[in-house]
Amino acid sequence: MLGYLLRRVTWLLGSLVVAGSAIFFLLRVLPGDPAVTLLAVGASPDQLDAIRHQLGTDRPLLEQFTGWFGGLLSGQLGESLFTRLPVLDQIVGRLPVTLPLALSAFVLSLLVAVPIGILAAVRRRGVAGIVVSALAQLGIALPVFWVGIILVWLVAVDWRLLPPGGFPRDAWLEPTLAARSLVLPVITLTVAQTSVLVRYVRSATLDVLNQEYIRTARSLGYSLTQALWRHGLRNGAAPVVNVLGVLLASSLLGTVVIESVFALPGLGTLLLTSVKARDLPVVQGTVFLMTATVLVVGLVVDVVQRLIDPRLRGGAG
Amino acid sequence: MSVPTLESTAVEAGPTPGVRTRRGVRSPAFVAGVVVVGAILALALVSLIWTPYGLDQASPGARLSGPSALHWAGTDRLGRDQFTQLMLGAWTAVWVGFSSVVVASVIGVPLGLVAAAAGRMVDDAIAGLIDIVIAFPTLLLAMLLVTVYGASTGVAVTAIGIGLSAEVARLTRISASRVFTQDFVLAARTCGTRPVMILVRHVLPNIWHTLVVQATLAFGIAVVAEASLSYLGLGTPPPAPSWGRMLQEAQATVSVAPWNVVLPGLAVAATVIGVNLLGDGLRELLDPQLRERSRQGADR
Repeated sequence: MLGYLLRRVTWLLGSLVVAGSAIFFLLRVLPGDPAVTLLAVGASPDQLDAIRHQLGTDRPLLEQFTGWFGGLLSGQLGESLFTRLPVLDQIVGRLPVTLPLALSAFVLSLLVAVPIGILAAVRRRGVAGIVVSALAQLGIALPVFWVGIILVWLVAVDWRLLPPGGFPRDAWLEPTLAARSLVLPVITLTVAQTSVLVRYVRSATLDVLNQEYIRTARSLGYSLTQALWRHGLRNGAAPVVNVLGVLLASSLLGTVVIESVFALPGLGTLLLTSVKARDLPVVQGTVFLMTATVLVVGLVVDVVQRLIDPRLRGGAG
Repeated sequence: MSVPTLESTAVEAGPTPGVRTRRGVRSPAFVAGVVVVGAILALALVSLIWTPYGLDQASPGARLSGPSALHWAGTDRLGRDQFTQLMLGAWTAVWVGFSSVVVASVIGVPLGLVAAAAGRMVDDAIAGLIDIVIAFPTLLLAMLLVTVYGASTGVAVTAIGIGLSAEVARLTRISASRVFTQDFVLAARTCGTRPVMILVRHVLPNIWHTLVVQATLAFGIAVVAEASLSYLGLGTPPPAPSWGRMLQEAQATVSVAPWNVVLPGLAVAATVIGVNLLGDGLRELLDPQLRERSRQGADR
């Protein structure tokens, strides 16, 4: 296990370096000069030079590159071209919106999808099974933001039950307001994630149902529920846990679109406005942190999977 | 982090009694898929030569009007005909979907084949690369590219295509290496057949049906991705219409003109579901083993 962990962490560090370099070089092939973008056309050469010096784009590419990686190691991601605020502070400032949104949607979709997926598998020829499969198919086909817009229209505009968007200025100092403004976004994201997860749970359960140990357990007098609970759950969990990593990552990324629908001042909105303003350091830092999160989640999932499934642990693995 | 793949997207994949998917006798789902996809394609193609109104032709007297004989899908805030935009949006969706799938196949298929054919070192390297690309989400790649080049259809196609290519490469690698362990490949090798010829003559014919099905599924994913990017203002730039941007523009007036939101959303959903049904039908139609089994009436 220790050797495996060591190998896996080394792999993670390697991936982080690759991802960091890819992000850096992708952004540095910029055909326009960031200094020109910043000052608008018509600035004097002196001003341009001054800005280039301030941005550090007058230094050789290799030096900028080592600077970016050195910054990563010491937790410095540079500062925004426009607000002059440190990128890391900006990102941290957005987390109170994005983290509760992503995490509660993740947990909720798990709570909803697992029972529904198992039900759909057990009753696969019945009405419940067919309805669930059809709804899941529909949920995948409909764009997330469409679901969000329709929810806003019905719940917020027509019935005036919840705010249609925005987030209180004092954030979580006004807990009720903050929570209320996250209800619709969380529901929207949950609908999207549940549609994906239900299908995996369903097919994992179907696999388990066809196994001989379930038949054996049944022949020993267990009910189907008991057999599934004692033997099926752990066996069926492995493939589902595998998807959870992807699901958590897509919850995090889904916030980009969701925050745009509901005008929430979260990480996704920060990223989107920075992309449109070509605020390189912010884009670079935010994209790197998001990618890093996805990679770390992947590692955690692999380790958890080994803990669940002893077969993966044995031998050379 | 490897993702288990779902074998089927159909509501129920097993052959139902009475409906045998023999050659000539198609499943109703497949027929529905063909009809829906055909209709969308027809709309897209017709939009190239004819639309009910001009794209920028506004009827000032009929702003945000509902569907009527004059405007089949109503009008938007500026009084522009929505059916015209839906038709032109269909073209954008089809075009972006198709190009993204081409980009994904051009990158993914050779990569997967090389990984399957080459030795362990190359295989491991490519497998690792695929894992990294899968972990790097399409949306973030699109955002990086838009920061550099600005929003354009080309950027959207590139980002979506690269994002999809990882899955194509993964599938190609798995199916091809399964074929490589077969005896007829060994026999061909013993006869001195060159590796390229083995790929062309023995491997590709055995995996192409899997790839075609994957391509139809990828097309659906690409259509949703394009709509999302356009909704965020990162995809097809104005004036070219896109279902995603129609939704973005209609969001503010949803309480007054809900059909402006409902229709483009349904267009996206219909395309994706149609393509998925088509893919499932193709899977049963093309896969020789599946065909054989369903002919014998065996349950999958």
